[in-house]
Amino acid sequence: MTDSLAGNAVSDAPPDMSDDTLVRVDNLVKYFPVKGSGMIGRTVSHVQAVDGVSLTVKRGQTLGLVGETGCGKSTLARCIAGLIPATSGKVYFEGKDITNLPRGTMRPYRREIQMIFQDPYGSLNPRRRVGSIIGEPFAIHKTATGPQRKKAVQDLMERVGLNPEHYNRFPAEFSGGQRQRIGVARALALRPKLIICDEPVSALDVSIQAQVLNLLADLQDDFGLSYLFIAHDLEVVRHVSDAVTVMYLGRVAEFGPGDQVYDHARHPYSAALLSAAPAADPDAAAARQRIILTGDVPSPINPPSGCRFHPRCPKAQDRCGIDEPALESKAGDPITHLTACHFPVETGEVLARADRREQR
Amino acid sequence: MSLLEVTDLRVSFPTADGVVQAVRGVSFSVEPGRTLGIVGESGSGKTVLTQSLLGLTPGGQISGQAMFDGVNLVGLGTKEMQRIRGKEIAVIFQDPLTSLHPLYKVGWQISEMIRAHDKSVTKAQGIERATELLGRVGIPRPRERVNDYPHQFSGGMRQRAMIAMAISLSPKLIIADEPTTALDATVQAQILDLLLRLQQESDTALLMITHDLGVVADIADNVMVMYAGRAAEKASKRDIFYEPHHPYTKGLLESIPHSSAAGERLRPITGQPPSLINLPSGCAFHPRCAYVMDRCLGDQPNLIPVGDAGEHRSACYLPAAAIGLSEQVEELRKQAVEMGRSGASAKVAEAIAAAPESEGSVIA
Repeated sequence: MTDSLAGNAVSDAPPDMSDDTLVRVDNLVKYFPVKGSGMIGRTVSHVQAVDGVSLTVKRGQTLGLVGETGCGKSTLARCIAGLIPATSGKVYFEGKDITNLPRGTMRPYRREIQMIFQDPYGSLNPRRRVGSIIGEPFAIHKTATGPQRKKAVQDLMERVGLNPEHYNRFPAEFSGGQRQRIGVARALALRPKLIICDEPVSALDVSIQAQVLNLLADLQDDFGLSYLFIAHDLEVVRHVSDAVTVMYLGRVAEFGPGDQVYDHARHPYSAALLSAAPAADPDAAAARQRIILTGDVPSPINPPSGCRFHPRCPKAQDRCGIDEPALESKAGDPITHLTACHFPVETGEVLARADRREQR
Repeated sequence: MSLLEVTDLRVSFPTADGVVQAVRGVSFSVEPGRTLGIVGESGSGKTVLTQSLLGLTPGGQISGQAMFDGVNLVGLGTKEMQRIRGKEIAVIFQDPLTSLHPLYKVGWQISEMIRAHDKSVTKAQGIERATELLGRVGIPRPRERVNDYPHQFSGGMRQRAMIAMAISLSPKLIIADEPTTALDATVQAQILDLLLRLQQESDTALLMITHDLGVVADIADNVMVMYAGRAAEKASKRDIFYEPHHPYTKGLLESIPHSSAAGERLRPITGQPPSLINLPSGCAFHPRCAYVMDRCLGDQPNLIPVGDAGEHRSACYLPAAAIGLSEQVEELRKQAVEMGRSGASAKVAEAIAAAPESEGSVIA
């Protein structure tokens, strides 16, 4: 429905699964039921968290996923990792359909797909020692025991920049950045092929954030990792990503190589999002035409018809409220740059509704 | 004349582990209609600094002076402080969900704020004012929304409601403590624009505390960079971003990913901020500083004028002319470091060079 690359094919044999594709998501849908009141609440409606998203993650590359709170990016990540079942659609890992596999069949894939979470405080058990937290994957998958496991854990700690002698410490004895390194070490333990990073540096100070981003880049080079990198900080996503997907209200608004999306955004939402991101440069901030969007993101329980962005879009016309735009390459764009919009932003077009406030 | 003139403010908290020196002698001033951005990482003392001005740091030992409109805020009695807090100086906190009471209607909470300072306002008048204010901060259909509870508002609308409350009594100074940190980029842009518009309408002074250099680049006039409870550098916004002097400011600017250099290696600051109980000797930044010299280990630098002239001040022993990010200036810094470095500081520098991206040892 929204992916012209995939050609709407949702057959058993995934088409054109070329060798450099690690993960392909086809038309993934995740609805959460909304229960009515009462003891035995009946499902009265659904939160349409992810509604027909397709994307690919290439081997050794990073796919950035941006979008605002509630756009479904974390839900999508959890569906890909198999942490929550998808309502419909397919997830292919190395060409194999891993959508909603039973627990036992899924287990080998869980080794290949790991997650790093946002909150380095909440995602580590405070009552367990660091060695046992990082060694847990070995225990679950029974790949290393006893002294062998300790050695493996200490190697991991060293690799992510932690002192291996701190094997017996508790998470509380580490700073935020160090805890995030513990999370990275744990994700790395089973040598996964894909690491899903859900806002991995959002809780960290800038100087520490740079340390962790460099670590992730080094690990990618050393182990040939692929990342699905979710963050709300657009500069961070641009820095790490080869390709970027912009999501709005459960759907993909725009997809393309990082430079394309950032420098030639075609979807009005991407353009607004990029123009709103604060730049740490006073002249750039003053010169920028900021597109101030009106209103809030609508509820995903009852999303707008047609293009989901149309009620807030400065370019919306009648058609946008009726026809849902397909995600396709627009005239003049490279074939890899896809936009779901009837009236994409043209080069040099000024979308700013109001003039930037007076310069002081 | 400055609206707020803070001189040598110090705040410390005695704890079981020792005395936490949260703010260690900070001076600054804010003018009406201007915005001062206070930037720093977690634990740099930026929040304690502003909260101590309002008597919101129970257990803290405060010294120094903070003249606000002719009144010294330090050591002010509870009654007088209550009169100033909210009416003369308003605060906007980071998390509007915890700053709004969940069980009271938004309109009621704004009205209560007004009525607490002016007993002559009736309940009906208070709600009327609240409706008006909600409209002014851009909440659609304020007449209906005034009867909503905070959970019925989105994050951006809650922050708007907080701003409505802050401006309800036309304060002379608004302290905004990370007001947009919890918000998405597009909502953040809305809120920053709103704050600036309100400031221009009423000539309010704004004290903007944030860790986000992007926010500062956008709305501040002057900037104070804080590190370990002290001001590392104070200057106009342009000087801070284009002509930084202090190695910490420079390090902060270099650690942010920049669009011009996407995919290149970031240059983080080595190590992590110090414990405020057990501070390093001399300049608190020296264990992380690539330009560490012998002096830095023993003496604590004070803010001195740097650059050409004007208001640019930095607390660093590097030559006053060493401002900016160019190659020549880097050369100047290196020369100075060569002259000023021998035994002890060379060891520190070696440790930094050995592991430029490590976070160093555990705090505990």
